[in-house]
Amino acid sequence: MFAFIIRRLAVAIPTILVLVVLSYILMFAAPGGPFNAERPLPPNVLENIEARYGLDQPYWKQIYDYLVNIVFHFDFGPSFKYRDRTVSDIITQGFPVTLTYGFWSFVVAVIVGVSLGIAAAVKHNSILDYFAVGVSIGAQSLPNFVMAPVLVLVFTLWLGWLPGGGWNGGEWQFVVMPVIALSTSYMASIARITRSSMLEVLNAGFIRTARAKGLPMKRIIFRHALKPAILPVLSYLGPAFVMMITGSVIVDSYFSTGGIGQFFVNAAFNRDYSVMMGITILMGVLTIVFNLVVDLLYAWIDPKIRY
Amino acid sequence: MKLKTVLNASAATALVFAAGMAFADDHMVDGMTLSDNQTFTYQTIDDSPSIDPGLVEDVEGSAVVRDLFEGLMNQDAEGNPIPGVATSYDVSDDKLTYTFHLRDDAVWSDGEPVTASDFVYAWKRVANPETASPYAWYMELMSVENASSIIAGEAEADTLGVEATDDHTLVVHLSQPLPYFPEMVTHTTTFPVPEHVVEEVGASWMNPETFVGNGAYVLTEYTPQERMVRVKSDTYWDAENVHLTEVVRLVVNDENQALTRWQAGEIDKTETIPTGQYPSLSQEYPEQAVSVPQLCSYYYNFNLRDDAPEWAQDVRVRQALSLAVDRDIITENVLGAGQIPAYTFTPGATAGFEVPEVEAASMTQEERNEKAKALLEEAGYGSDNPLTVEILYNTSEAHKTIAIAISQMWKQTLGIETTLGNMEWQTFLEARGNGDFEVSRAGWCGDYNEASTFLDLMASSSGYNDAAYMNDEVDSLLAEAKTMEDPTENYTRIEEIVDEEAPVIPIYHYAAAFMLDDTIKGWPLDNVQQTWYSRQLYRVAEE
Repeated sequence: MFAFIIRRLAVAIPTILVLVVLSYILMFAAPGGPFNAERPLPPNVLENIEARYGLDQPYWKQIYDYLVNIVFHFDFGPSFKYRDRTVSDIITQGFPVTLTYGFWSFVVAVIVGVSLGIAAAVKHNSILDYFAVGVSIGAQSLPNFVMAPVLVLVFTLWLGWLPGGGWNGGEWQFVVMPVIALSTSYMASIARITRSSMLEVLNAGFIRTARAKGLPMKRIIFRHALKPAILPVLSYLGPAFVMMITGSVIVDSYFSTGGIGQFFVNAAFNRDYSVMMGITILMGVLTIVFNLVVDLLYAWIDPKIRY
Repeated sequence: MKLKTVLNASAATALVFAAGMAFADDHMVDGMTLSDNQTFTYQTIDDSPSIDPGLVEDVEGSAVVRDLFEGLMNQDAEGNPIPGVATSYDVSDDKLTYTFHLRDDAVWSDGEPVTASDFVYAWKRVANPETASPYAWYMELMSVENASSIIAGEAEADTLGVEATDDHTLVVHLSQPLPYFPEMVTHTTTFPVPEHVVEEVGASWMNPETFVGNGAYVLTEYTPQERMVRVKSDTYWDAENVHLTEVVRLVVNDENQALTRWQAGEIDKTETIPTGQYPSLSQEYPEQAVSVPQLCSYYYNFNLRDDAPEWAQDVRVRQALSLAVDRDIITENVLGAGQIPAYTFTPGATAGFEVPEVEAASMTQEERNEKAKALLEEAGYGSDNPLTVEILYNTSEAHKTIAIAISQMWKQTLGIETTLGNMEWQTFLEARGNGDFEVSRAGWCGDYNEASTFLDLMASSSGYNDAAYMNDEVDSLLAEAKTMEDPTENYTRIEEIVDEEAPVIPIYHYAAAFMLDDTIKGWPLDNVQQTWYSRQLYRVAEE
């Protein structure tokens, strides 16, 4: 097990390296640059600015310097667009925001999604099943860019219960709507995966045996069926968790949370190379870490899996 | 000194006047009772790249800098320069040396006095290539001695033509006379920075924890891309006339979302109104939907480069395409927020600029269409030789709608097939800059309130001349205008030439449309540059 973890982490390093180099190449391949604007800067001024940010260097040198700074100084450099801030400033400010609403969205999506999925599978082809399937199809097909304005319309404008946006250091009123908007579609996917995998498990021989023994249904489900049924859900949850905690552009932009998702997309539009790279690396590392976590959970749940 | 006396006298008059009224205390302004709530919350679509006076580059960032810092001169509600940190100035006979006399009661928010050397430090910092300021060129534009060679890296930043002869006297040396120099020092790039703080703290000195300014407000909270709070400064020399105690700037990327939150009362002022919604909003909220003319022009460039399509070289085709654009439909039916149809390049709201009489402006659209058809036929295009044109614009709903409308007009009137090409912003800028287009969208806002800020784009040497338009007469008229006492005549002539040769299609002049809560008063609607200061504003009690 320990050797497995070490091996996985060892593979992670070249993976991240490839990610960095590929992202850099794509970035330079995109037309434009961080200092282009409707009003082009006078050539002298542009030269000074590019020199300040090392953009006058050859590409390989830029990538090399960037990697050296990260590896030896853990320095992701200054933002090219937001001149008063560094990439680390932006991540330390924006990431806790998306982490907060992403984490709660995850909790909500898992609890509601798994319960709905189990209920639907257990009461297969009943009203409850149709209801659960209906809800999850509805939630899946309702994109969050529609959901977000509707939520604001209802809770802010009509009912006046919740503020229409902002973050305010993460007070609960400001977290509610982002969580609803973000968790809905994940919740729907989780419900569907849970339902189908639960149905499969419930038809398996060992469940029939358990029933024949006369075990109560509750015990069968939680003691015997849930564990094997949850495995496919688990492999979905790893990447989903990373997606959630690194934020959603739609949520960040509609609810003006100041989260990292918005920074990421703006960085792409502004060609803010350093911010784009910083967040790419963050997402890459998180994806690798949580995939590893999922693998370890697999082994813990399923005795057939051993590393 | 004289000015100060006048100011004191007027303050005394105001006091006497106020004493005669029912509520003789400072809860009244202009005869209206102030609200107990003096917080003003406004929305901007994006965050500012920087709010450091030396680095600030966007309009909304400049508004923040004007609150947190104060320059030599301020603007009044009409945009005229009035004393700021400088109480008065003298000009030498050759108009090359300006001496500013600074007030002795101006202090930084940490209690240190604001001195002339803070200005010297700030100006040199802007010009210094190491600072890499995107507005370094402003020092060149102001013709400050040696600015150009410093930016080009040929001289030390220390040689910039600005000096502090004592704590309260700032002397500026110019390389050429500049009649509107005093107006130029109302610009945020010329604002002072506290040398003692910038040198000690370094690049992060604008963080709320270390921030020190000399403006009417201090920065107390700043979460990028979310919110910024500035609070009234007690150390500001004119603090007793500052009413708003707290100014909150919220970043809301989505215009519709901002409007909803304005309706919910969370925001007092929005930055914009979504395209096409102004007419209905102004009916629903007649007092609060505001639209004022702006110093900006929306236009299409023709590509006049040699490798561009042949038709673009033909002035008759360019004129025909321009005439066939029904500006009224675009301003009234597509946009409808008070935009002004444009037949010339410079907006009529520009100070000292008379919109010249051009033929197209006085014709009806039917007449324009007839003329356009005749011109196109003369140029040899028609059903047997059909013309196709490509319009390039950057991805945006509004640009798309306008491009569709114009392509329909060209199709109906002239039978021209138009293809629409949209590109993501940076890709678009590159394509347009490289001359990789037939017709391209463009927008231009004046840097200062004078026609040359627009007409300079028509100079063959201009880096912003995307059409690659070249005309020797225009070049010499522009060069001449720089030193003229009254260049109006030259500007009129340039507009006439541009109208004849049609390197661009002026489409409309912008209007700034926004929602403003009706308890907020003092917004400088008459300032065409929309230069506002929070200290001009106040909130009145609801009736």
